[in-house]
Amino acid sequence: MTEKKEKRRIVIPGEVIVSGDDYLPGDFTRKEGKDIIAQRYGLAEGDRVIKIIPISGVYEPRRGNTVIGRVSDITFNGWIVEIGGPYGAFLSLMECPRFINKNDIAEFANIGDLFCAKIFTVKRNSADLTLKSRGLGKLEGGRVIKINPHKVPRVIGKEGSMINLIKNETQTEINVGQNGFIWIKGDLAGEEKAEKTIELVAKEANSEGLTEKVEKFLGGKIKKINPEEMVKEE
Amino acid sequence: MEIPNINKNKITEVLEKDKRLDGRKLFDYRDIEIETGISKNAEGSARVRIGKTEVIVGVKMDVQEPYPDHEDEGTLITGMEFSPISGERYESGPPKIDAIEVARVVDRGIRESKFIDFKKLCIKEGEKVWSVLIDIYAINDDGNILDASALASVAALMVAKMPEYDEKTEKVKFGEFTKDSVPLTENIPFTMTFHKIKNKLFIDPNRDEEDTSEGRVTLAITKPKKEYIINAMQKGDMALFSIDELEQVVKETEKLYDKMFNELNKKIEKLMKK
Repeated sequence: MTEKKEKRRIVIPGEVIVSGDDYLPGDFTRKEGKDIIAQRYGLAEGDRVIKIIPISGVYEPRRGNTVIGRVSDITFNGWIVEIGGPYGAFLSLMECPRFINKNDIAEFANIGDLFCAKIFTVKRNSADLTLKSRGLGKLEGGRVIKINPHKVPRVIGKEGSMINLIKNETQTEINVGQNGFIWIKGDLAGEEKAEKTIELVAKEANSEGLTEKVEKFLGGKIKKINPEEMVKEE
Repeated sequence: MEIPNINKNKITEVLEKDKRLDGRKLFDYRDIEIETGISKNAEGSARVRIGKTEVIVGVKMDVQEPYPDHEDEGTLITGMEFSPISGERYESGPPKIDAIEVARVVDRGIRESKFIDFKKLCIKEGEKVWSVLIDIYAINDDGNILDASALASVAALMVAKMPEYDEKTEKVKFGEFTKDSVPLTENIPFTMTFHKIKNKLFIDPNRDEEDTSEGRVTLAITKPKKEYIINAMQKGDMALFSIDELEQVVKETEKLYDKMFNELNKKIEKLMKK
């Protein structure tokens, strides 16, 4: 196990990934004596700092993440928002970009409505959200789907390449929350296509040549569907 | 997480135009997969997948005393459980009202269609009869568990083999199977659930559609001699069905029976030969 790791390898919790003094523990690993031990089920990678990319599990809130959540309750000064995972999050009225009267909380967003918000503090068993940034706010129209939060980086792609490809090919507006909730808005055929593409990306997240697969998937049908839909709507 | 409002609105809005979010038509099923013989110890077992919905069913046979009002007939007991793995809304513990309803509707479809020949399950009148136990487990709930459960139960019954019965010791030798099938008749029941949103009817909802659904009605239908017989019916949720709508439901059920049943029956018969 002392030879240098070159490729990604699937590890399970408790497994010794490498051992030796040259290595440092990264995300989701710990060091015990000389051994680097996996703490999660996922893909291990890294030359010196060994880290694991988890492939299952719930969402863990982190500061600065943009998430999509559903209002599950209303309190006297804000909303309780479900963001997936074990804890709820709190969005205070003070964190709204415009003034909202305390009597009109439910009018701005009622139970079941969706927010796109940013996490600004993570506490022991909850997180605080804010809407004070560009592109955040209540989501209107469209639909929302859920994927495994660990597949989100693949859906976005390098510098947003994957998500921009999907957006352009399906003519939709897409908002990806780090917690695995994805909001899609466009015409019906586009939304359906985008949903299926995202599911494909999430399913094949760890296979090679993903971008080509997605291009093929999108190119095959969208050009046939789109003109018909356009005619119908006109 | 419960269904967000925007998904609910979208489903309702799209349904007005006779369309659905995943591109299906109103009376289309998702892909159905049937697999049998998944349990070594059960007399018959089946796994059914409808889209992402997954159900497994096991059939066990045992010898029991008959009920005093049916002394020469075998018995049928159906149980259903939503395990916590099937969805975040389910918790462990004794079956709740939703699971009990599924078990009862499946039971009624099989019992009233006379699919099992109960008379042939009698060993000694008034003393010993075979008892058929159907156990349904939901593995993943992505909507329409009821239809999946009914289909899996029928498939498991069709592949089930009777266990060995020792007449001297009067005990069943579990784990040893005879070559005899469970005595079944030609009346194979097919259970379908229709859902209603506003005034649109549709079948086979996924999770979001089922959460949006305002009313539902389940029918178990057989076609023994060129004529359709509705064996069981169950209405659920708040929305009302008018007479016209129910007539439409019955018409669509007959159409779907012709369309789906032969296909599914062939699948099961292929599995029986294995």
